[in-house]
Amino acid sequence: MIGADTIIQGVLLGGLYALFAAGLSLVFGIMRLVNLAHGDLIVLAAYLLLVVTTALGLGPFVALLVAAPAMFVIGWTLQRVVLNRVLGPDILPPLLVTFGLSVVLQNALLEGFTNDSRRLRAGPLETASVDLGVAMVGVMPLMTFASAVAVILALQWLFYRTELGRAFRATSDDPVTASLMGVKPASIFATATGIAMLVVTIAALFLGTRANFDPTIGPARLIYAFQAVIIGGLGSLWGTLAGGVIIGVAQTVGAAINPEWQILAGHIAFLAVLLIRPRGLFPRAVD
Amino acid sequence: MITRRRLLGSAAATGVVTSVGGLAAPALAQGTTVRIGYVSPQTGPLAGFAEADAFTIDAFNRVAAEQGLDVEVIVKDSQSNPNRAADVAQELIIDDEVNLILVASTPETTNPVSTVAENEGIPVISTVAPWQPYFIGQQGNPGDPESWRPFDYSYHYFWGLEDVIAVFTNMWNQLDTNKVVGGLFPNDADGNAWGDPNVGLAPGLAAAGYTLHDPGRYQNLTDDFTAQINAFRQANADIITGVVIPPDFTTFRNQSIQQGLSPKAITVAKAILFPQSVETLGEAGHNLSSEVWWTPNHPFTSSLTGQSGQDLASAFTEATGRPWTQPIGFVHSLFEMAADVIKRTDDPTDPDAVVEAIRASDVNSIVGRIAWDGDNLPPFAAQNVCKTPLVGGQWRMQDGGGFDLVVVDNQTAPDVPTQGTMEPLA
Repeated sequence: MIGADTIIQGVLLGGLYALFAAGLSLVFGIMRLVNLAHGDLIVLAAYLLLVVTTALGLGPFVALLVAAPAMFVIGWTLQRVVLNRVLGPDILPPLLVTFGLSVVLQNALLEGFTNDSRRLRAGPLETASVDLGVAMVGVMPLMTFASAVAVILALQWLFYRTELGRAFRATSDDPVTASLMGVKPASIFATATGIAMLVVTIAALFLGTRANFDPTIGPARLIYAFQAVIIGGLGSLWGTLAGGVIIGVAQTVGAAINPEWQILAGHIAFLAVLLIRPRGLFPRAVD
Repeated sequence: MITRRRLLGSAAATGVVTSVGGLAAPALAQGTTVRIGYVSPQTGPLAGFAEADAFTIDAFNRVAAEQGLDVEVIVKDSQSNPNRAADVAQELIIDDEVNLILVASTPETTNPVSTVAENEGIPVISTVAPWQPYFIGQQGNPGDPESWRPFDYSYHYFWGLEDVIAVFTNMWNQLDTNKVVGGLFPNDADGNAWGDPNVGLAPGLAAAGYTLHDPGRYQNLTDDFTAQINAFRQANADIITGVVIPPDFTTFRNQSIQQGLSPKAITVAKAILFPQSVETLGEAGHNLSSEVWWTPNHPFTSSLTGQSGQDLASAFTEATGRPWTQPIGFVHSLFEMAADVIKRTDDPTDPDAVVEAIRASDVNSIVGRIAWDGDNLPPFAAQNVCKTPLVGGQWRMQDGGGFDLVVVDNQTAPDVPTQGTMEPLA
């Protein structure tokens, strides 16, 4: 039962989880902010893509070019106006604020878009597949995985090859010293959340074409994203990808044994990694 | 347990208190407004079932005013949450002092409300939940049929799993298949009931010559169905059935096409109930089949407004700008029942008089005849359950986009006309 097919599908599923998790990983890595509204922000981005596709008659991939900058602005403003005010030594206020944000987003979307199940249409691409010999693999899941790798590569480049990345790392390590060097943490944080929202929009594109979404499905996806971040090690982007793949493969292998074990297997893999390496596979920062 | 009402009832029956029969005299209640409580899931994941609520209640109030019925409808939202549904039922009974409760849409709404009303001795009419989860789900010990008791104040009309089995197998019999069926049953109330190896779909399908392959319960909002697809491929299933939520069905349908699984029929409940959900599938939605409880083409008229199904559906579309859905007919029929029962009750403020009127109902409603005469039901459920017709339908993609629900099998209810025959999936 557990053949190459199961493993390949699991790896591709891991790509989706890694996309969900990348934005979370970025924000957590830089400002130690646990964003409980991350799943709902993905759903918000999916609705934004839906509005752009229906209003302008664009395909979902082109719509990304319109929706992503808009989400950047939303993220930047959210961080600047709301989240920066609650960041501090106490980790509880940001948790509470993002939890509240999650409730507000769900109900605002319900009010605005009703409870109808919606979907982003990608035409024939939705059901297209390629035969890899050992398994038939959907084109969309392949694109999802490729996008996850591309997003991680781009973030990695941003972090380690640019001035902004240096500022990110400096602020992450020690905001006080960084601000002595002329880096403004408040503005760095806002930019980081904005970039996280770009990633969120890409995740929303693949979530919205893969399955239906409605205003309430955000939180269900959050837990896998968290697990991917934790397994990978806080602050490590490649670790997040590895974490997503581990959970994805664990789920498909578990399901191949019995569908009742699908979700459980993912959680067991998560606990197993924590038992062996409590700080995750590739922890970057020491904290 | 001896309640005040049961004591009065049995005393009256034995003639002990015949001299004080005036206690329940209708004269006391003349001129009082009859209060009807209505509970439905207006927000949350089940909100689609309740989209016709305001439209239906407007129509009911208009007709009631024309006919001189002094009624007031008090609406409560269950928020798609069983605990909340029980709370609002309490509120209706204690704070609003309603005389009759109407409740619709899924066992998560009907069961808590019916249980509360039964305990408080207030008549309740419910619908849009298969009768097994309604009746058996409210029993103290669902596992022991010996212990099942009928209800005194709770009355329900809809269809049951035996009807679904008949409709599904009738539709599949129209196709040339190997009679191997793959089942998708999630780990929730519906999935566990439908997937139960003893009282779910399996024994009924086996009796009709079909083999059900059930890989096991999966979690709702699953992102991957590779395991099920491989299991169905290995079993060589020509048919796929189940009770699946819309997002999961889209994931499954896409993945099964991507991974080269091509069954001859996919017949699922829940996922393709609403046209909006089918539309999200695009071409992959063409010829999916499902059980059908009501369409505008059902040959019934409303006892309340005299509208045909077609009239009701177009009035709804005109008022809201939204396409018709199956729950619309049933929500309408609930208020038909309320009007009919109240008209036939001398004193609607007396719960036992209302119950008597409910039990004597024989209403030709927009969803078919409603009478609690125990027709086609096992003896234990005969008192509280009435069955409405169920047929089978397929979603057909239209040339200009959009989908039509076409009735393709009516062996279970021959008076509902078919508009086509079952077609295999391309």
